[in-house]
Amino acid sequence: MTISIDPQKTNNESLQPKGWLRYFSFSLDHKVIGIQYLVCGFLFYLIGGTLASAIRIELASPMSDFMPRDVYNQVLTLHGTIMIFLWIVPVVNGAFGNYLIPFYVGARDMAFPRLNAVAFWLIPPSGLMLVASYFVEGAAQAGWTAYPPLSITTPQSGQIIWILSVLLLGGSSIFGGINFIATIIKLRRPGLKLMQLPMYCWAMLGTSLLVVLSTPVLAGTLILLSFDIIANTGFFNPVLGGNVVVYQHLFWFYSHPAVYIMVLPAFGLVSEILPIHARKPLFGYTTMVFSIMGIVVLGLVVWAHHMFTSGTPPWMRLFFTIATAFIAVPTGIKFFNWVATLWGGKISINSAMLFSCGFIINFVFGGITGVALAQVPFDIHVHDTYFVVAHFHYIVYGGTVFIIFSSIYHWFPKVTGKMLNEKLGILHFIITFIGFNLCFAPQHWLGLNGMPRRVAEYDPQFQFVNQISSLGALLMAISTIPFLINVFLSVRNGKDAGDNPWNALTPEWLTSSPPPIENWEGEAPLVEEPYGYGKNF
Amino acid sequence: MTTLDSSKEIQKNNSEVNETHEDFRMFGLITFLIADGMTFAGFFAAYLTYKAVNPLPDGAIYELELPIPTLNTILLLVSSATFHKAGKALLKDKNSESQKWLFFTAFLGIIFLICQLFEYFHLPFGLTDNLFASTFYALTGFHGLHVTLGTLMILIIAWQSRIKGGRLTSQNMFPLEAVELYWHFVDGIWVILFIILYLL
Amino acid sequence: MLNKNIYLILIISLVFAISFWIGFNVNLLPAEASINAPIYDELFKILFIIGLIIFIGMTIAVIYSLFKFRKRNDQIGDGIALEGNLSLEIVWTIIPSIIVLLIGLYSYNIYDRMGGMKELNHNHEMMSSNTEKIWAGISQTSDNEMAINNLSIEVSAMQFAFLFNYPKGNFISGELHVPVDQKVSMKMESKDVIHAFWVPEFRIKQDVIPGQPTILNFTPTKVGKYPIICAELCGPYHGGMRASIIVEEESDYNEWFNKNKKPEVNL
Ligand code: HEA
Ligand code: HEA
Ligand code: CUA
Ligand SMILES: [Cu+2]
Repeated sequence: MTISIDPQKTNNESLQPKGWLRYFSFSLDHKVIGIQYLVCGFLFYLIGGTLASAIRIELASPMSDFMPRDVYNQVLTLHGTIMIFLWIVPVVNGAFGNYLIPFYVGARDMAFPRLNAVAFWLIPPSGLMLVASYFVEGAAQAGWTAYPPLSITTPQSGQIIWILSVLLLGGSSIFGGINFIATIIKLRRPGLKLMQLPMYCWAMLGTSLLVVLSTPVLAGTLILLSFDIIANTGFFNPVLGGNVVVYQHLFWFYSHPAVYIMVLPAFGLVSEILPIHARKPLFGYTTMVFSIMGIVVLGLVVWAHHMFTSGTPPWMRLFFTIATAFIAVPTGIKFFNWVATLWGGKISINSAMLFSCGFIINFVFGGITGVALAQVPFDIHVHDTYFVVAHFHYIVYGGTVFIIFSSIYHWFPKVTGKMLNEKLGILHFIITFIGFNLCFAPQHWLGLNGMPRRVAEYDPQFQFVNQISSLGALLMAISTIPFLINVFLSVRNGKDAGDNPWNALTPEWLTSSPPPIENWEGEAPLVEEPYGYGKNF
Repeated sequence: MTTLDSSKEIQKNNSEVNETHEDFRMFGLITFLIADGMTFAGFFAAYLTYKAVNPLPDGAIYELELPIPTLNTILLLVSSATFHKAGKALLKDKNSESQKWLFFTAFLGIIFLICQLFEYFHLPFGLTDNLFASTFYALTGFHGLHVTLGTLMILIIAWQSRIKGGRLTSQNMFPLEAVELYWHFVDGIWVILFIILYLL
Repeated sequence: MLNKNIYLILIISLVFAISFWIGFNVNLLPAEASINAPIYDELFKILFIIGLIIFIGMTIAVIYSLFKFRKRNDQIGDGIALEGNLSLEIVWTIIPSIIVLLIGLYSYNIYDRMGGMKELNHNHEMMSSNTEKIWAGISQTSDNEMAINNLSIEVSAMQFAFLFNYPKGNFISGELHVPVDQKVSMKMESKDVIHAFWVPEFRIKQDVIPGQPTILNFTPTKVGKYPIICAELCGPYHGGMRASIIVEEESDYNEWFNKNKKPEVNL
């Protein structure tokens, strides 16, 4: 017997605007909110990418000639903050989470639709505020880590706006996290067991746990920091007896888990995409679930690996080295399982598949440099150099951003009912992959040989390698053009996709494309084997 | 579907929602309180680290007086009990009794805040005097903010419980239960705060 | 079947061979100019080789599957319904665990040889007042007194310069001069924001933190002039905050030291 419960049948849909206008309204529909997150995030990605281009232009020559030095610091601070808090986090969590999770658990909406809309609508104003702070007295210029005492002594208005907007974005993220946990645990349709959920649900559950446990600490820390700036207290101000290392501990207690907040949902998304295009079940479902939870637990206790040169006591360094390196084990399990998923499949080589495989290769590279960085003696030389910059771009760009593109190619037919053009998609992949590696691979060498990060001027001996890197950045910028053209053309007159172009088994494909307002015309289907490929269903 | 129809539809669904999904709103609240608790955990961790790593020079250490905070602890603990009474009364449909208990709880909350302010004014140090002073004010202030919010919410639900069959009834206990849980949480934080800040 | 296994073994040995060859023949690091540097480079080599093996292996596996198992035009239907394999899962849990554990122990050993595991947190009387707490950088010796007797320098960092105070000669210099093959002990403190003292050729780096005097010891082994780079964002001119360390023969060093030395002020 199957019963369907309509959790929050807020039937005031009829009062809400229809058509494209609803994307600009305070809509409660999880699908609309998901698209709002995605488009808003993408616009901020273009801004963040423009800032990145400015960085690479400046670094094409060893002198500080393209922009003043303090503007350079503002640009890199905004670049980091925007990319993390306004692009990666809202998109892999908010956009795909909102769109997919209700489908996956067989619900008609998220557990708290109003909270959901509020969480989204916190983002545009705080993002715009952040960008606008540049025009006030200059934006924040202490890096995205905002280490005091530098963040206390730089011009105040920029830093305060930065704190305010990160606080709002953190709040948005916490509301989202609460919503996801409640939806996944409490809103499953009757008969659907936890271990039958698509892997993305598990990834989002893990991520949301991290969000709920760590983001509030960042909020508290930033509140203390703002007191230091406005009220002249001395929490982190050594002149007044404060301790700057305490800030670093609190900050990284959030910001290390934050890197898994940026990547776990991406892990979930690949786990959805690979089986469909390889026509095979996801390999090792149970171990995948345990490895996600393993990453969550380990992720909470490794933060001090960002502080190996901050004068932490030796035992602490030892502990954090071992704990950090051990994250390679659950992560490795996931990667081996993905390769095993490909193995023996009937793989369609399309844009979604290519971006996913690009993700695997890039992430393994970034993960390996991460394990190297986790070794204290190794990190002592390369900390705060371009080696670290290369490490995390391999993960956040080569990993998460690749997956975002892969997911867009994969779910575009569901959202719009139209196919994207495969030729343009593959062109997009090729330019992105080459540009990306050209941009960030050489940065490892730069870091090892003596180029610190966050500098506008550098030793002329590094000029050639920096120019290669800038060339790669140019290619990356160019690569967005075929993508934008593709989306634009396909929305207007792409090939009709039908309801289920990939012949997929996960629940979102078992309804029309685009889906109706409450996801299914009838009751929600009970999908007990979301990965049952090859079993003659 | 006419507007009239759909508004009826909303009502029907709303009552349905309240019946079947009380628990998951509670679940959401608990998740939120865990998050809120982590903020405090961060503050506590900072305070304890400062104590261990940046001890103040001997002359600057000030022994906090205990009477007022002890009184405050008792106030909050009692208020938790009175809140509980309010819930029980409402469950038996004794709205006015429930309302009395709620107002009494809010009253205790207000006394707590007044005592807190009194203590602030009689402390020999100000916000920016030293690290200890700053953390002291940050912790108690942040907690005080929670008490203020809680008191306001109690007043609101007390106001709502005044009529039988209004928004707060034995059939719809959720607002009361939610605020009660929040209030117990704020209490619990205070006890930890009292131990760490005043007793340690 | 046998054939398949032979290919597998062949490919694995090839991956190992390539990785070892690259690991031993491609030098990605700057010159080695301190006792730390060769120790560091040893670790680097090992990490580099292990990393290459894993990376090349994974890349080959992905690209091979894409080719081998790509869907041909005439194919329909799904792949095999393989949902997991417990022994495989155990293998690829245990092997990385062992690798990670071994790397961890090895790098602990390396760090110990660099002198990083020595507690420096005791109160120190020679250099500072009795109650001052000293934080640990790399020390190479637990017996600081000895290091201090050799050569001790006080470093202060500020926006945007390093200053090197030679207490024994009673002078301050903007360039760091040290004699080759002698242990140098520096006590570093910042005047304003966080800076970091980094000499790439020495493979050492230590944050210079306001309010936290930190000790950093090193022994240069090669005569030459090397850059000192500030590696922590400290403001607009962070990129320009550089100094030089000049490692010279002891006689040259003494000559320089005596030239700059100021007479002790008698009180
Ligand atoms: C999404 C983001 C993301 C992710 C997932 C990671 C993942 C990891 N990171 Fe990274 N990291 C960042 C983003 C991320 N990082 C950022 C933004 C910074 C800089 C912050 C700043 O200062 O501004 C940073 C900095 C950073 C540092 C500090 C460097 C420094 O400043 O000195 C360290 C040090 O330990 C580190 C380590 C790791 C490790 C061990 C992992 C591991 O999780 C990786 C695990 C994965 C693998 C290892 C690959 C797959 C595994 C296998 C194929 C199995 C076999 C492998 C082995 C046996 C090794 N990272
Ligand atoms: C989290 C995600 C993320 C992403 C996706 C990126 C993407 C990129 N980053 Fe990122 N970067 C960070 C996070 C990220 N970065 C962080 C956290 C820091 C640290 C900051 C700090 O130190 O505090 C950093 C720092 C950082 C530095 C070091 C700065 C320094 O230390 O001095 C550099 C230098 O090369 C760099 C380059 C790039 C480049 C070239 C891209 C490219 O991949 C971007 C490609 C995208 C585009 C090029 C957009 C294309 C579009 C256009 C150009 C269209 C034109 C515009 C309109 C139509 C409006 N980044
Ligand atoms: Cu000093 Cu950077
Ligand atoms: Cu980290």
